[in-house]
Amino acid sequence: MSGTAVIVKKVWQRRDRKTQFAVWAAWLFGTAVFVYCFQLISERTIWAFVLDAPAQAGDLGARMVPPAWSYIHYLWRPIWDTLNIATLGTIISIVIAVPIAYCAARNTTPSVAFVRPVALFIIVASRSINSLIWALMLVTIVGPGVFAGIIAIGLRSIGFVAKLLYEAIEEIDESQVEAVRSTGATPAQTTVYGIVPQVMPAFAGISVFRWDINIRESTVLGLVGAGGIGLELNAAITQLYWTQVSLMLLVIIATVILSEWVSAKVRHAII
Amino acid sequence: MLRIKGLTKRYRTGDLALKGIDIDVPDGQVMALIGPSGAGKSTVIRCINRLVEPTAGTITLNDTEIVGLRSGDLRRMRRRMGMIFQEYALVERLSVMENVLSGRLGYVGFWQSWARKFPQSDIDEAFRLLARVGLDHMADKRADELSGGQRQRVGICRALIQNPELLLVDEPTASLDPKTSRQIMRLIKELCAERKLAAIINIHDVMLAQMFAERIVGLKLGEIVYDGPPDKLTPAVLTQIYGEEDWASTIRKADDDAEPVDEAAPALPSIERDRLAGLT
Repeated sequence: MSGTAVIVKKVWQRRDRKTQFAVWAAWLFGTAVFVYCFQLISERTIWAFVLDAPAQAGDLGARMVPPAWSYIHYLWRPIWDTLNIATLGTIISIVIAVPIAYCAARNTTPSVAFVRPVALFIIVASRSINSLIWALMLVTIVGPGVFAGIIAIGLRSIGFVAKLLYEAIEEIDESQVEAVRSTGATPAQTTVYGIVPQVMPAFAGISVFRWDINIRESTVLGLVGAGGIGLELNAAITQLYWTQVSLMLLVIIATVILSEWVSAKVRHAII
Repeated sequence: MLRIKGLTKRYRTGDLALKGIDIDVPDGQVMALIGPSGAGKSTVIRCINRLVEPTAGTITLNDTEIVGLRSGDLRRMRRRMGMIFQEYALVERLSVMENVLSGRLGYVGFWQSWARKFPQSDIDEAFRLLARVGLDHMADKRADELSGGQRQRVGICRALIQNPELLLVDEPTASLDPKTSRQIMRLIKELCAERKLAAIINIHDVMLAQMFAERIVGLKLGEIVYDGPPDKLTPAVLTQIYGEEDWASTIRKADDDAEPVDEAAPALPSIERDRLAGLT
């Protein structure tokens, strides 16, 4: 009762000694790897060129100004092609992606054992191949031009749209679907009344977002011959017409800004 | 009338949710199903319209056997039962009118419902029902703009426009404040009386159950432990359903109630009782 009562203070630490040591060891290992890699890269780099870079960049920049404004009349058509590639490609991908998403979502798929894996495989396959690679292959299959670009953009976008859409379908409130089903509605009616309204905002957002990405992607498709402004860009670079290159870069930036603005407006209006 | 015999449900996890229950609900009877969470109240209701598949037993509604019905027949059966949900389960992004009309989906074709071309008689009925619950001026509002009580009224309209033979009501007041809860329960009771409609109401609020139901069935761990009138719901019975607790303030007593307050529980002054009654 007198001085014998010892107040035991409980010690609390974020990590115990073992974990603390493991964290420290991980940091040490990470740093060592970084230093080693830096050395490897450094050995294989010609530093003279790198040190020269600011001068080179300045030189290139100087050759790019002023942009060849008079050349812009030749660019309307390619930029129009680029927009068409992006828009038509997006539309094609949406048309194909919606049924795939429906089959891939756990709560709507006709069969978890058979149909769902197939749908998921299509999604992965489409997503794992870049649109530039799709375009390379398609140019050899259907020949160079806008059509190859549209199909390349479409194929690449199916996976993106389907994946995000099926995730949206899986996140819906199931009780609303149950309520519609319990009125005696058919499965098709249940989809239209219970599921479609719930995923509509996500669907609109995904579509416009992908269209936005596709405009950027379609500007480079021309590099491999799939039409659009990339074709002109490639030609100008190989011929060292740097003033034309700078003009095209400005046009591409303007187009992308415009598409960002449009997609932001559309998303805002729908959600 | 609804006749449930030996209804058993074993979930895939192995849990035996219902252990062979028998309930008969005559036409026009409003029955409350009470019991603790996990007693199987929701399972009973969902087995009746087969949102949950019963494991064993029979359910007949006016001589039609429900268990075992195939897709088309099952949908025609579901048209005859209206369901009202906890948390309303309205389709949030559809308008009030669309939500009400969705109760007629079983009667119109796919393209008709896709184009929202419901027969004029359905639209008239929807307006009549919305006016009955005081929401006819809200027809074009989106469901997520409504308050809780308003949403539940829309849910009631959606169930009633089916012109059902039976109402299945799953915790209608679980997300509502005490006053709105009473209004909603009163509305359900009145509408059932107007239409001579039978209803099964799952409810965990014992006092509301006593106020608005003419019969109470107590469920505990998948078995019926009480089936009788609301005024026979003594503390002993409640203890049997829910477990040991002081039930004196839960049980509703009419002011002219002659029955003595339960001997075990201390009687609260009547003011105190009314105050608690308003809060529950």
